[in-house]
Amino acid sequence: MTIASITQLICFVALSATLVLGALGVVLLPNIVYSAFLLGGVFLSVAGLYLLLNASFVAAAQVLVYVGAVNVLILFAIMLVNKKENLAAIPGLGLRRLLSGAVCGGLFLLLIRVAFTTPWALPGPEAVGEEATIRIGEHLFSDYLLPFELASVLLLMSMIGAIVLARRDVLSSDVITGEAVDQGLIEKERTPLLLENSPR
Amino acid sequence: MLTTTAPGLDLEASFEQALQGFGLSPAAAHLLWLPLPMVLVLVAAVVGVLVNVWLERKISAAVQQRIGPEYAGALGVLQPMADGLKLVFKEDIIPARADGLLFTLGPVLVLIPVILSWLVVPFGQHLLISNVGIGIFLWISLSSIQPIGLLMSGYASNNKYSLLGGLRAAAQSISYEIPLALAVLAVVMMSNSLSTVDIVNQQTGAGILSWNIWRQPVGFVIFWICALAECERLPFDLPEAEEELVAGYQTEYSGMKFALFYLGSYINLVLSALLVSVLYLGGWGFPIPVEWLASWLHQPIDAPLVQLITGSVGIVMTVLKAYLLVFLAILLRWTTPRVRIDQLLDLGWKFLLPIALVNLLITAALKLAFPAVFGG
Repeated sequence: MTIASITQLICFVALSATLVLGALGVVLLPNIVYSAFLLGGVFLSVAGLYLLLNASFVAAAQVLVYVGAVNVLILFAIMLVNKKENLAAIPGLGLRRLLSGAVCGGLFLLLIRVAFTTPWALPGPEAVGEEATIRIGEHLFSDYLLPFELASVLLLMSMIGAIVLARRDVLSSDVITGEAVDQGLIEKERTPLLLENSPR
Repeated sequence: MLTTTAPGLDLEASFEQALQGFGLSPAAAHLLWLPLPMVLVLVAAVVGVLVNVWLERKISAAVQQRIGPEYAGALGVLQPMADGLKLVFKEDIIPARADGLLFTLGPVLVLIPVILSWLVVPFGQHLLISNVGIGIFLWISLSSIQPIGLLMSGYASNNKYSLLGGLRAAAQSISYEIPLALAVLAVVMMSNSLSTVDIVNQQTGAGILSWNIWRQPVGFVIFWICALAECERLPFDLPEAEEELVAGYQTEYSGMKFALFYLGSYINLVLSALLVSVLYLGGWGFPIPVEWLASWLHQPIDAPLVQLITGSVGIVMTVLKAYLLVFLAILLRWTTPRVRIDQLLDLGWKFLLPIALVNLLITAALKLAFPAVFGG
């Protein structure tokens, strides 16, 4: 074994261990903030695995999109709500946990079976490395054009939706309550939606 | 790895050749080489911070018509060392109701991405740690990890000012990352590569005239504003606005943990200045191409001595450009008032973002229309 392959093996084992342990922590930890931070760690170790597969662009995109955007958004959402809030007790929690555990175990077994029965082509196709950006661009504008365009339309729709929700004063009636909106007084008259139950 | 045939010092190749001369295998020689540039860059980054702190003290003093530090060393050059030592010896306090683990991890998460980003900063054709193909994109994606560290330390401090400061910092860096990335994209489009070395090489044709700043003046301004906002420098230091938030997410920190934030913000400033000089000011390029100078002096460009001089000129030019920008940033800090948070977000989303998009579109159109000038 050469030094390079030993390093690769060590990195692979370390990344996989953090990935699996982090993912378990995300699901099992009772503190939601820890779960959210661990999720960031999981995303980062997935990016590390991409890097090991010689897909540096995908790894960087993974960090930018999942860690930099998705995870930060999740953290924002958690930190903007009241953190001292205790969840109401759910009836039959033990049974629910058992059921969801069984579903997860079933899915896991199914994936294991798929992984063992699929005839994998070994060794896999040659990694494109530095040429990856060019290859991804070619695919996006040829055979993956329709999904690409659909995703952009979806993003546009969500953007317009967000603007409509944020600027309720441009509409004649409130989107959520259906009441008529008084254009000038909206901010002064209406108590903000999020603060209704919190102590002043 | 990119295979460029351009002339220039290749220390890595000569070092490994020398070691192989002693009978080491190529892999072992490479392994011995690997830590050297990393340690060198780490030292350079920390020394850069010390210089930066001294400049900040001296320039702020000059702006306010004071003298500034003068007893610690000649002209007070040892003052940053004294600052650093003071922070090292301070008691490391974790507040009683704080979350110890996250409180410790937060500053680390803020510092590590910044140091990792030095991976792609080139000081010469072969004078960088790694010429990774995704180059500048690596910096953008690494800098998006930082808000998580800020949110973490803000949350873990268990203090309303810290939490608000952390949230503000994260909101700020998310909003300014988008115009920043779009400004970088315009440059990348012109040089057909994400690699920082290629971006500089594309600007070396005609010396100062071929620098990207002439072709991307709007992009340069957008990038500089966004870089200042990402570094949380005045006029954009909202996350630590004293009047409103005490010291933002740093409020509960002291000793080395505070020093990590301090170090992180200054390394980030130097890094941003270096990247501005790489992206827009021709990187290691001399205002007059060194090839021309060598041919005027009838020297072959491949001669060892000429290459040594070229390499040194490259390092000096990169650092000089970066520190001119740092000077500008410090001057801006001590002469401009802070913007309000709503003004900050308005500027980012309603002004810089549309301008950056238009800049990108115009660059694409110009690239199609004049491929000779805007990189075909």
